[in-house]
Amino acid sequence: MGMTIAEKILAAHAGKARVVPGELITAKVDLVLGNDITAPVAIKEFERLGVETVFDRDRIALVPDHFVPNKDIKAAEQARLMREFARKHQITHYFEVGQMGIEHCLLPEQGLVAPGELIIGADSHTCTYGALGAFATGVGSTDMAAAMATGELWFKVPASMKFVFHGEPKPWVGGKDLILHIIGDIGVDGATYMAMEFAGEGIAALSMDGRFTMCNMAIEAGGKAGIIAPDAKTIAYVKERVDREYEIYESDKDAAYALVKEYDLATIEPLVAFPHKPENTRPISQVGHVPIDQAVIGSCTNGRMEDLRIAAKILEGRKVDPRVRLIVIPGTQAIYLEAMEEGLIKTFIEAGGVVSTPTCGPCLGGYMGILAAGERCVSTTNRNFVGRMGHPQSEVYLANPAVAAASAIAGRLASPEEILG
Amino acid sequence: MRGKAWKFRDDVNTDEIIPARYLNTSDPKELARHCMEDIDPQFMEKMSPGDIIVAGKNFGCGSSREHAPVAIKAAGVSCVIAESFARIFYRNAVNIGLPIMEAKEGASKIREGDIIRVEPEEGKIINETTGEEYQVAPFPPFMQAIIAQGGLINYVRARVGESR
Repeated sequence: MGMTIAEKILAAHAGKARVVPGELITAKVDLVLGNDITAPVAIKEFERLGVETVFDRDRIALVPDHFVPNKDIKAAEQARLMREFARKHQITHYFEVGQMGIEHCLLPEQGLVAPGELIIGADSHTCTYGALGAFATGVGSTDMAAAMATGELWFKVPASMKFVFHGEPKPWVGGKDLILHIIGDIGVDGATYMAMEFAGEGIAALSMDGRFTMCNMAIEAGGKAGIIAPDAKTIAYVKERVDREYEIYESDKDAAYALVKEYDLATIEPLVAFPHKPENTRPISQVGHVPIDQAVIGSCTNGRMEDLRIAAKILEGRKVDPRVRLIVIPGTQAIYLEAMEEGLIKTFIEAGGVVSTPTCGPCLGGYMGILAAGERCVSTTNRNFVGRMGHPQSEVYLANPAVAAASAIAGRLASPEEILG
Repeated sequence: MRGKAWKFRDDVNTDEIIPARYLNTSDPKELARHCMEDIDPQFMEKMSPGDIIVAGKNFGCGSSREHAPVAIKAAGVSCVIAESFARIFYRNAVNIGLPIMEAKEGASKIREGDIIRVEPEEGKIINETTGEEYQVAPFPPFMQAIIAQGGLINYVRARVGESR
C-alpha cells in the first residue's frame, strides 16, 4: 500500500520509512509560528518549562497581526510581551509593524515555507501552507511552547480525504468557491482530524493565491491540514523566495483515502455562506434580497494580490452604495505596495472604500470594522460564527472578492455579472 | 467530578466559548467572566463551580485559541462531555488539564439540570438523576501519560529533565 503526501511528510519528519493513519508519532518541525494573541500564552508556558533558550531562533516566526497596530492598552501589553521575548531570544523572524503582514499571507511570501516541510502554528489557519505541498497545521499555545523548546511535537497521523475538481471554472469562480463547495457538501465537521488533499485539473488551473485560499479554509471543515501536491506553479513561486533545499512529495497511486469526492466545475457558481456556519452555502443566483451594511475584502483567506485585482476590476469606475462601508485590507506590506503601484488602491478609494494597513482586525471582531446589532457584512474572510465580527446579533456572509465588491456596489448580496452587465 | 449538566448544541465554536473581543488578555480569571457569553450570556450567573458542560458533536470548532479551554477551566466547570470534539480544542484541553470526555450516548441522553458524576478511571459517566450509566471513549495511552502529568508542560519538563 502506498502513502499519501501527508503521510510521507510526517514519516520523513519522524525518521520513519512509513506511517499509517492513527499512528502517534513524535516529529521534528521546520517552523513554529505564533501571533500576538497566541504567543503571549505560549511564552508564559515556555517560561514554566525551565529551559533557557529556544530550540532554534531561525525556526520560529512571531507575527503581531491580530490586534496590531495596537488596538488598545491591553493589546499593546500583549504585543510588548511578544516583542521582548523576540529580542531576548534574538528571534530572526519577528516582524515589527512596518514589516508585518497577516501571518498566513506573510510567511509564504517571505520564503519561510517550502514544499515538504512540517510547520505548526498557534493559529488555526496555519493549514494555509499546504498550498505549497507542506504539511502545516494549527495547534494551541501550549503545543507552541513545547515546540519552541524542543523543536518537536507529537502528532496523530491523519487519514486523508481526496477532493478532485474536473473541468473549467465558471466566470468569477475562485479558490474560495471551491473550498466553500466542499464545506457545504461535507459540513463543518466533515473532515475532522483528516488531511484534505485537493487535486484534479481544476486545482492545477488555480493560481498560487487561489490555492492558498483553498487550503486556508480546510479547518472550516474540521481538517487537520489542506494539501496540494507541488507542480510547476508551486516551484516557480518557491524559486523566487526560498534558497534552501526542500523535498517534493506526492501521493502514491495506490495510497489509501478515507473518502474520495469528485466535483464537476461546470456545476459550481460563486457561493455565499450564510450565517452562522461556513457550511450554509448558497449559489449567488439563489441568495435572494439581502441588504448589507459593510463589505470586507482582505484576511488570510482573501487578502492577496489576485483578490485585490479581482475586486478592483469590479470597483473600477463605480461607486460603493452610500449605505455600505467598504473596507479593503491588503495582506502584507509588499501586497499593499504592489496594489498601490498598479493603481488598485486609487480604485478602491475613488469607489468610496477605505484601505487599511495589514491586520486580522475585523475578521475576528477585533477592531477596524466591528458590526453593531442587526448589521450585515459580506466578507471575504473565513468564519461567519455568531458574533464573529462584532455584536452577537450581527450577521456575516462569506464570499469571494468578486461577490464582495459587487455587493458593496449593489448595497445587497449581488453577483459580479449583475454589476458588469 | 460531580455537578449539574448544562446542555449545548452541536458545533459550539471557540468564538462562542470566548469571543475574540476579550482576547486582548490571557488572564484566566478575566477570560472566565465571559465564558460561553455568545451562546448563553447568562451562563456564568447560572452555573456553580463543579458543574458540567454537555454538548453535541464538534465541540470547540474554529480557532486554535487556548483561551477557550482556559476560560472553561477557570470558570470552574469540572468537565466537558460531548458527542465529539474539534481537533485543536481536544488537544488544547488535554494540554492544559481540562477534563473532557467523548461520550456519544451520554451526550445525547443527558438532559439539562441532570446531576452527573464522572469516573474517569473507570471510563464511566453516571447520571444520578435518571440512574443511567454511559461509557466514555478512552484516551490513547500516550495522552493518558500527558493527563497523568497534569498537562503537556509538566510532561515536557520531565522529558527535558531526563535528557540532561
